[in-house]
Amino acid sequence: MSTGLLYALAGVLLFVLGAAGVVVLAHLLRKILAFNVMGSGAFLVLVGLAQREGVVDPVPQAMVLTGIVVAVAATALALGLARALHARTGRTGLSEGARLD
Amino acid sequence: MTEAWLDPAAWLILLPLSWASLTFLAGPGRGGRLAIAALAVQCALALGLALEVAATGARVHAVGGWGAPLGIDLLADGLSAVMLLLTQAVALPIAVYAQAYFTDAHHRQEATWFWPLAGFLIAAMNALFLSADLFNLYVTLELLGLAAVGLVALGGGAAQIAAAMRYLLVSLVASGAYLLGVALIYGSYGTVAIATLGPLIGQGPPLAIWLAAGLMAAGLAAKSALFPFHFWLPPAHGGAPAPVSALLSALVVKASFYLVLRLWLGPFAPLAQTAAALAGALGAAAILWGSWQALRTRHIKRLVAWSTVAQLGYLFLVFPLLAADGAALQAGVMQAVAHGLAKAAMFAAAGVLMLATGRDTLEGLAGVAGRVPLTLFAFGLAGVTIMGLPPSGGFLAKWLLIDAALVSGQWGWVVVIIAGGLLAAGYVFRVLRQAFLVVPGDTGFQPVPRRLEWMAFVLATASVLLGLRGVELMALLNGPGDGQPIS
Repeated sequence: MSTGLLYALAGVLLFVLGAAGVVVLAHLLRKILAFNVMGSGAFLVLVGLAQREGVVDPVPQAMVLTGIVVAVAATALALGLARALHARTGRTGLSEGARLD
Repeated sequence: MTEAWLDPAAWLILLPLSWASLTFLAGPGRGGRLAIAALAVQCALALGLALEVAATGARVHAVGGWGAPLGIDLLADGLSAVMLLLTQAVALPIAVYAQAYFTDAHHRQEATWFWPLAGFLIAAMNALFLSADLFNLYVTLELLGLAAVGLVALGGGAAQIAAAMRYLLVSLVASGAYLLGVALIYGSYGTVAIATLGPLIGQGPPLAIWLAAGLMAAGLAAKSALFPFHFWLPPAHGGAPAPVSALLSALVVKASFYLVLRLWLGPFAPLAQTAAALAGALGAAAILWGSWQALRTRHIKRLVAWSTVAQLGYLFLVFPLLAADGAALQAGVMQAVAHGLAKAAMFAAAGVLMLATGRDTLEGLAGVAGRVPLTLFAFGLAGVTIMGLPPSGGFLAKWLLIDAALVSGQWGWVVVIIAGGLLAAGYVFRVLRQAFLVVPGDTGFQPVPRRLEWMAFVLATASVLLGLRGVELMALLNGPGDGQPIS
């Protein structure tokens, strides 16, 4: 098994864990962190799979950089919304009973 | 061919980006006039681009003179041109509507960042329709999602923030799935250009590509609120301020549908047939479930939002019919355009009704017909399109769909299409019947700016008259561009 494939498989694992986290976890902060794990998984697949015989491909690296910028913006928006929701309702989750803090 | 710096394709992205930034700098709630003027120019640009595509076929613009693979190409073909026209044609009246809506004292608070967010939303959408590679499409999809979430949260109430949060999470997981699909495709082929991928996948796709196609389709279906991923749409679209709901329901959900269609016809065509029946079945379920919920809800904007869930179902009925009949593509695009105009009109009208009655429930509408007759007329006209009665664009779309289903002998879809039309009549008449009730005494209705009523009327009329001008639109789809990207 090549290193690239190993990275890609680890990436898929992270992606699945993260996606499950976003769906299953109740606390919004955890959901946001899980989304970041998920995104990192996708980035790892992007960089890992594109390696050919150990030679680094610059194109997916540029893509991942763009992706990181997008993920940072999305995380900032999500954190802002989570704070706004907490300020208005005192809740930390989307469902009625979610009070984990 | 025009000079590169005059290219309408580039300006359709640059112009909204500029006015979005300028209205942000101008400060909270300001910049409406600038946005309206710029949108008028964008309408002209989209029309110019459509005429050019109709005359000479699909065209490519290399941004900054750096073409693919080093730079980014903007591709405009018939399908892009139609979607761009729809976007500008809906955005302009909604902007005029929004300016009047947000000067109202009750809504000034919500107006704070409407104009910059709307500008970024429109820029992202135009960029999406012009993108020619999968990664660029991912970036535009994310920009669109972030701007849309910001707009949903504009109202600032707890329910709206919660709806925005739910929408954001769905949107992020969906685009994450799309990105993983892109990663698998790049890993397999070393390119993300749509035009190059088609022939590569046609040679027999490996397992990774099947997985990628599944991930991308699921992600885009969630973004288009296809049943059973529709749960986020009614609270998000039903709770936002009326101009925002109109933009989201008319345009934003169509963007991800456009992408599904683009991939289905293009690179994933060799894989598509396996999923056709599933897409159709989910579309049919959306039509029936969405209409049923629209018949049950007590809130007027929820009703319109559930109607969006139902009408989006029609778009996905296209897929099982595509293989048998090319007219199914025209039906799908016609449905997207007709629904876009009609749904913008319906949300605009619903906003007027809520302003006039001061309430958001159907019961509150009793007797409102005497006060805002033009709005009720607009709601009814938009309803004609949603129900699919002639001569509306909705009729043309549903007629083409039924025709394609009959030609290919798939009778089941015909039943769903007709049942959906009847259910739509049911929920449209729920609103009209309540509004025409005679209520004795003073009802305490508020006066409404005339401009709001007229904009709803303009959009509704356009959705009906579209049926008469449908031929031109379809010629654009089938013209020299042929809906297929050239390389």
